[in-house]
Amino acid sequence: MKTLLSAFLAAGLMAMPLGIASAQENQGSGASVEANSDAATEDAGEIAAEEGHSESPHYPLKKPEELSWSFAGPFGHWDIAQLQRGLKVYKEVCSACHGMRLVAFRNLEDLGYNEAQVKAFAAEYTIQDGPNADGEMFDRPGIASDYFPSPFPNPEAAAAANNGAAPPDFSLLAKARAVERGFPTFLFDLFSQYQEAGPDYIHALLTGYDQEPPAEIADLIQDGTYYNPYFISGPALAMPTPIADDQVEYPDGAPQTVDQYSRDVSAFMMWAAEPHLAERKATGFVVMIFLVVFAGLLFVVKRRVWAGTPH
Amino acid sequence: MQWLDARLPLPRLMYDSFVAYPVPRNLNYAYTFGGILALFLGVQILTGIVLAMHYAANSAIAFDSVEKIMRDVNWGWMLRYMHANGASFFFIAVYVHIFRGLYYGSYKAPREILWILGVIIFLLMMATAFMGYVLPWGQMSFWGATVITGFFTAFPLIGDSIQQLLLGGFAVDNATLNRFFSLHYLLPFMIAGVVILHVWALHVAGQTNPTGVEVKSSKDTVPFTPHATIKDGFAMVVFLILFAYMIFYLPNYLGHADNYIEANPLKTPSHIVPEWYFLPFYAMLRAITFNIGPIDSKLGGVLVMFGSIIVLFFVPWLDTSRIRSTAFRPMYKIFFWILVADCIFLGWLGSKPAEGIYPALALAGTIYYFGHFLIVLPVLGLVETPRRLPGSITEAVLAKNGGGGAPVGAAAAPDTKG
Repeated sequence: MKTLLSAFLAAGLMAMPLGIASAQENQGSGASVEANSDAATEDAGEIAAEEGHSESPHYPLKKPEELSWSFAGPFGHWDIAQLQRGLKVYKEVCSACHGMRLVAFRNLEDLGYNEAQVKAFAAEYTIQDGPNADGEMFDRPGIASDYFPSPFPNPEAAAAANNGAAPPDFSLLAKARAVERGFPTFLFDLFSQYQEAGPDYIHALLTGYDQEPPAEIADLIQDGTYYNPYFISGPALAMPTPIADDQVEYPDGAPQTVDQYSRDVSAFMMWAAEPHLAERKATGFVVMIFLVVFAGLLFVVKRRVWAGTPH
Repeated sequence: MQWLDARLPLPRLMYDSFVAYPVPRNLNYAYTFGGILALFLGVQILTGIVLAMHYAANSAIAFDSVEKIMRDVNWGWMLRYMHANGASFFFIAVYVHIFRGLYYGSYKAPREILWILGVIIFLLMMATAFMGYVLPWGQMSFWGATVITGFFTAFPLIGDSIQQLLLGGFAVDNATLNRFFSLHYLLPFMIAGVVILHVWALHVAGQTNPTGVEVKSSKDTVPFTPHATIKDGFAMVVFLILFAYMIFYLPNYLGHADNYIEANPLKTPSHIVPEWYFLPFYAMLRAITFNIGPIDSKLGGVLVMFGSIIVLFFVPWLDTSRIRSTAFRPMYKIFFWILVADCIFLGWLGSKPAEGIYPALALAGTIYYFGHFLIVLPVLGLVETPRRLPGSITEAVLAKNGGGGAPVGAAAAPDTKG
């Protein structure tokens, strides 16, 4: 194991200069293309179009930044205040378009709310129920066992109202998006326990709006989509800039910036996708201690059993 | 117990098989993976039975029922992660086990049937794992099923009928999910049945050992209990530590993010990849990009992929060397490790898109893979000069312990790890 580890490390060290070199190369080629297009304005469009056909750029254009999350690592746990802020952002902003159909109001007790608060929260929503004894559907206030209602009756309606692209449901999004890590990073991830590709991606996407696309990309952007270099499957996506500074009021004094909103809602989405994450890691620690001690005892017994037998 | 034994000698069978059964005294830790595999078959069946109590095999609700397991079933998240990662660890163990067999010549007479039963288990495992991956009904489940069942259409005349029989229709749909669930529940018990035959054949022929010299006297062996029991038990717990590490800290590391998106027949993922344990075979499938006479590239790829496993059935007769253990075959030892590297290389290629230089590399890797079994194995056995074999297991053991004075712990680094 030790030799394996050191071999990985050595391989990684050897590959590092390569990675840096290729990154520089990319930057260099990007700059030169820009310069070219400036010089020859007439041909620029054609060149870019040709490039687009012959070799489509690799998405996402930029890799997401790795942030430090309270739920990362072997002792990961939820930052309750952060999750509460994230819920507020979701409720006041995101939920206008995005559903969260797999999360029930009762689950919000995980976020530090008591039963009465959860009931009050649920009651703010109107849920369609029925049919009643007369065969009619009827509206009633939400109760704790209800799930977050989706803003659109079906995916088709959601797509129709949003320029043809249905806003994805939030329930699993933090586990359903991951930018490829590549070699050798994915090997290091085994030891660093990196499982936060989802929230890192969501944060990067939310903070990646309102940038000027490079010329060779600008031509690839379709009308009605918004450039975002962090978008995983294209140069631009159908969602416009979703949130602005000071849009949501934080009662706990946390900074009311897009960056902070993005962090909070990403953490909240991680909770929504994996509500048992903290419990899982805490259980894992106990299990690991047990197994390591058990293995140690077995090893001692094994040595005793084999002591008189050369093998 | 004696009362039972006189009427049904089950206690005696257990005693003879797992207590008094003589095992070679020089087995290293590479030989513990058989026990580990038995443990994982048990883990998979137990977690699977409980998961099946909560799972709904209906394309409309399958995805949500898995999420219900993750969110609302008590310890459901742990059961599901154990089952999903358990499949991966099952394959890690089986690959070590297979390469152990190749290294120490465990397929040679009189153990051909033992080896063939093992290859059958491997095939059943692959079918089971593939169908199990379809059940969560995510994007990769759906499109993986579409791609893999599409292989069968490559066969002329009967291909389409086979595919429709597998799918229960013309495309992957509810009928496919239902039959895959049924078969996914059935196959593990077939595996268990073949495992019993595998263990039976093992106990008839006896285990091989790192020297490849057959057991000659009782001095060469130790009783299964306590010696092998404790050693296997220790190896199992060490393996479980790695397993627990993945379950609790990296449960989605071996999975694919797209499988957390519900299956959508109208939306193809940009990059369909199978689970990691199928990647070498996937690379071989895609390596054939040209037509060979009447065989078009698609059929060629499928034949090569199936052939890569079929060839394993013939290994006992392809290897012409009289020497069992690679430890005494200096040249074959080099080729063995090249084969291991080739398989890892193919696995890496399987995860890459089929464009640029990758198909050419995959073709080279595939040719080497078949070259190993069809050329290296038969030829090398005839031309290689093996090292001198020890007279007996005991002689080898005493020479090692007397000469080097190696500590017991050094045995914990078997040659075939990795």
